Amino acid sequence: MVTQAHATAVPRPSVKGANDARRHDAEPANGKAAQGRGLDRSTTDQPSKQVPAGPAVAPGATPKISARDVNLWYGEKQALFNVSLDITEREVTALIGPSGCGKSTFLRCLNRMNDVIEICRVEGRILLDGEDLYDRRLDVVHLRARVGMVFQKPNPFPKSIYDNVAYGPRIHGLARSKSQLDEIVETSLRRAGLWKEVHDRLAQPGTGLSGGQQQRLCIARAIAVSPEVILMDEPCSALDPIATAHVEELIDELRAQFTIAIVTHNMQQAARVSQRTAFFHLGKLIEYGDTDQIFTNPNETMTQDYITGRFG
Amino acid sequence: MMTDHTVKSYDQEITHLTRKVLEMGGLVEDQLSRSIEALAERNVELAEQVVERDDMVDALEEEVDQFAIRMLATRQPVAVDLRLIAMSMKISNDLERMGDYAAKGIASRCHRLAKARGDMRPLQAIPRMAQLVQSMLKDALDAYVQRDAEKAVLVWRRDDEIDVMYDGLVRELLTYMMEDPRNISACIDMMFIAKNLERMGDHTTNICEQIRYIVQGERINRMPAPVAE
Amino acid sequence: MTDIPVGAPESIAPGWTWSDAAARRLKSRHAADLRLRIYGITAIAIALGLLLTLLTSIVVASWTAWSTTQIRLEVNLDPNEIDANNPAKGDYDDLVRAALYKLFPDVQSNADQRVLRDLLSQGAQFQIRDRVVADPALIGQTISVWVPVSDPIDQLNKGVIDRNLPPDRRRVDDQQIGYFDALVADGRIRSVFNTTLFTAADSRFPELAGLKGALIGSFYLVLICLLLSVPTGIAAAIYLEEFAPKNRWTDLIEVNINNLAAVPSIVFGLLGLAVFLGFFGLPRSAPLVGGMVLSLITLPTIIITTRAAIKAVPPSIKEAALGIGASHIQAITHHVLPLAMPGILTGTIIGLAHALGETAPLLLIGMNAFITAAPEGIMSPSTTLPTQIYIWFDSPERGFVARTSAAIIVLLGFLVLMNALAVFLRKRFERKW
Repeated sequence: MVTQAHATAVPRPSVKGANDARRHDAEPANGKAAQGRGLDRSTTDQPSKQVPAGPAVAPGATPKISARDVNLWYGEKQALFNVSLDITEREVTALIGPSGCGKSTFLRCLNRMNDVIEICRVEGRILLDGEDLYDRRLDVVHLRARVGMVFQKPNPFPKSIYDNVAYGPRIHGLARSKSQLDEIVETSLRRAGLWKEVHDRLAQPGTGLSGGQQQRLCIARAIAVSPEVILMDEPCSALDPIATAHVEELIDELRAQFTIAIVTHNMQQAARVSQRTAFFHLGKLIEYGDTDQIFTNPNETMTQDYITGRFG
Repeated sequence: MMTDHTVKSYDQEITHLTRKVLEMGGLVEDQLSRSIEALAERNVELAEQVVERDDMVDALEEEVDQFAIRMLATRQPVAVDLRLIAMSMKISNDLERMGDYAAKGIASRCHRLAKARGDMRPLQAIPRMAQLVQSMLKDALDAYVQRDAEKAVLVWRRDDEIDVMYDGLVRELLTYMMEDPRNISACIDMMFIAKNLERMGDHTTNICEQIRYIVQGERINRMPAPVAE
Repeated sequence: MTDIPVGAPESIAPGWTWSDAAARRLKSRHAADLRLRIYGITAIAIALGLLLTLLTSIVVASWTAWSTTQIRLEVNLDPNEIDANNPAKGDYDDLVRAALYKLFPDVQSNADQRVLRDLLSQGAQFQIRDRVVADPALIGQTISVWVPVSDPIDQLNKGVIDRNLPPDRRRVDDQQIGYFDALVADGRIRSVFNTTLFTAADSRFPELAGLKGALIGSFYLVLICLLLSVPTGIAAAIYLEEFAPKNRWTDLIEVNINNLAAVPSIVFGLLGLAVFLGFFGLPRSAPLVGGMVLSLITLPTIIITTRAAIKAVPPSIKEAALGIGASHIQAITHHVLPLAMPGILTGTIIGLAHALGETAPLLLIGMNAFITAAPEGIMSPSTTLPTQIYIWFDSPERGFVARTSAAIIVLLGFLVLMNALAVFLRKRFERKW
């Protein structure tokens, strides 16, 4: 039978080799395929978004945060190796990679949360709108108001819902009167999609809400101080699918106004939610590009192995 | 060798899908060769068998599609796996069309042609054309299982030959029809048969484009320009 | 699906197989369980039993201290003896004795009169004086007063003194008993609750002795200890936990603090004697010095418990506060400390309760001085509850025996109260979490 001859598998050419074929790619093969289908395909040809393998710079868009050659050590152990990455403004950038690859570590560099860890040492430059984050003169407290963070496990303060959201504006002096503060709290809760559910019980403790609501409260708390960037460290990993969907919808809405960087273990979520994706492995940035491209045709074999489940 | 999936059943399912596509391809090859044989030997029984067996081709297409959809739902594939599964659905579609051409397009005309009198010389060109198509299909299926994009490109180019043969055959048949009006009916049948063979060639080029997309991941339905002619 | 992998031992197939050995093992596990429970209950029973024995013995010993014997006298406040302009200067002793002699008209000889006089407490005259000073309008009237009897008579009334013993073996002789019985027959003797125990300061005479001075002294002591050790302890704990760099020096400090908590308290007494009294020249027996010494004792406890309470606050709260842009101090004072409050409070109150009962160091700085007036301020000499107990324990008078146990009960009462306060506060703050 003919089928037997086809059953043998032969080593497949590497993905890299395909790049070469791509380089002399030119005219569309109009005639044959078109006639076979009765459709002229020449008008529907889309240019490919090719991302060079060098410095991970998104062409044309303003990088909100740009990291260059970031190295990080925990004591003697190096955790990040020459990571250079841009976070584009008003887009969602997903950081994916196996456990211990440094994506959370890198995320925490962006708002200097790693300062809290004594043995942590960072080298390299990270610029937010052109300002070096690790400049001695930079006020860390102000930085953390500009770059907010939402954590893996929802951690509302054990205060009332109102106080949770109002705390940030209070300490940064963003409201001049009680009514202004009320306004900020309401706006933040509305944007977080929580207002309808809690507007009649603002005095109740934030810890009394369900897991998904708590996480949205944490998001409301983060946006109450009008940040420019929101960092999210696996925000949905502790939530059920419905709460996850709410948070993802929220991310979709928020990206019109904020720049968002999200670390996630869930690749489908990264694919759904982000426009740019960066793949980390063992402290190195392996690949960075448009989400569509990464998930349909990644450049690096390691990236493809990871996202298709061929790792380990 | 590309690494295996950590979840072994995933690899097993992909292998199953690939095998089904190959099975379908083999069946279509077989249908083609049998229909041409029936034509050449004026074997009406054989032709009827080919027509009936087209149901099997359709059933296989259904099977491949269902299985691919199931894999899309359960595995949420990305990158090369996604391209493979999506393109396998398209390849099965092209193979099903080819099966229709072989059965309804060629074998069903056998009955009429078997009773025809008149000049049957053009009938000799047809097996040659069919031979070309058959080898194209075989090589395309090889490229599919080997994930060989270069091979697919080469196969794609061979369609030119079939087109040339088709053009020649049409001219020849026109001449016969003009010579003797009694030949018209038979010649028209032969023209349709040739047309179906040419279409089968086109579908094989589709398959090659899809294979190339599986391997290289860029631009479905496009082929690179010839390197140096 | 349900394939057992090749080479797997059969024992990992699901399903239990009951064998005799397995049944026996299960039985012995249950038996061990039961034995453990019995040990636990026995231990608790023994502990409670001992506690109960202790409390019972103290309560029984203190029984007679809760009441005091009084005698009713009609005292004629002769205006000749009392100067209306200066009522305090009158000869009240005379007036009181006169009232007593009036009850026994046939007691004439000096010796008999002295015996009669000894029935009364020495403090009776001062009680009359205080009443007249408070209300000088009473001068010239005859007032009926209940005044305390002397300690031997007090003991006699309470039945502590055995009448059947030969006279030379008793505190009171037959003559005194005779007078006493006469007064009882006359209905002039009554037993009331011993409020003097709480309203009077220490005295040589048991019937007049009270804990007022000691209570005030202890109060000042705890107050000063609180004011000195709590802010310092909490601040030190916050610094050590949050701000201090983690190096060998801080390790050394931590080890030393833990050791300080275990140092015998008498050493702190010596320290207080040498430094506060000797070097700084602060007054002896002053609550200030006592408070300072006690604060040294409670400081390590407060630092250790505060550190533990701060460590117990989940770090996610602090991270959340920092992530919002709070400075380190803000994160600690607004978020970590309020959540650590239950633990800090508990530790503080336990430390203070411990300080309340400290005796040895206070003895060394002289708070076992015999002081008959309540302290005026933190610099004046004073006693405290534990040292007062020590003083009374040493005294020879019979009346002090029961009073010592009564003072112990008062001290225990305060400790129980403080611990109850600790539990209440902890429960109240825990609800807010």
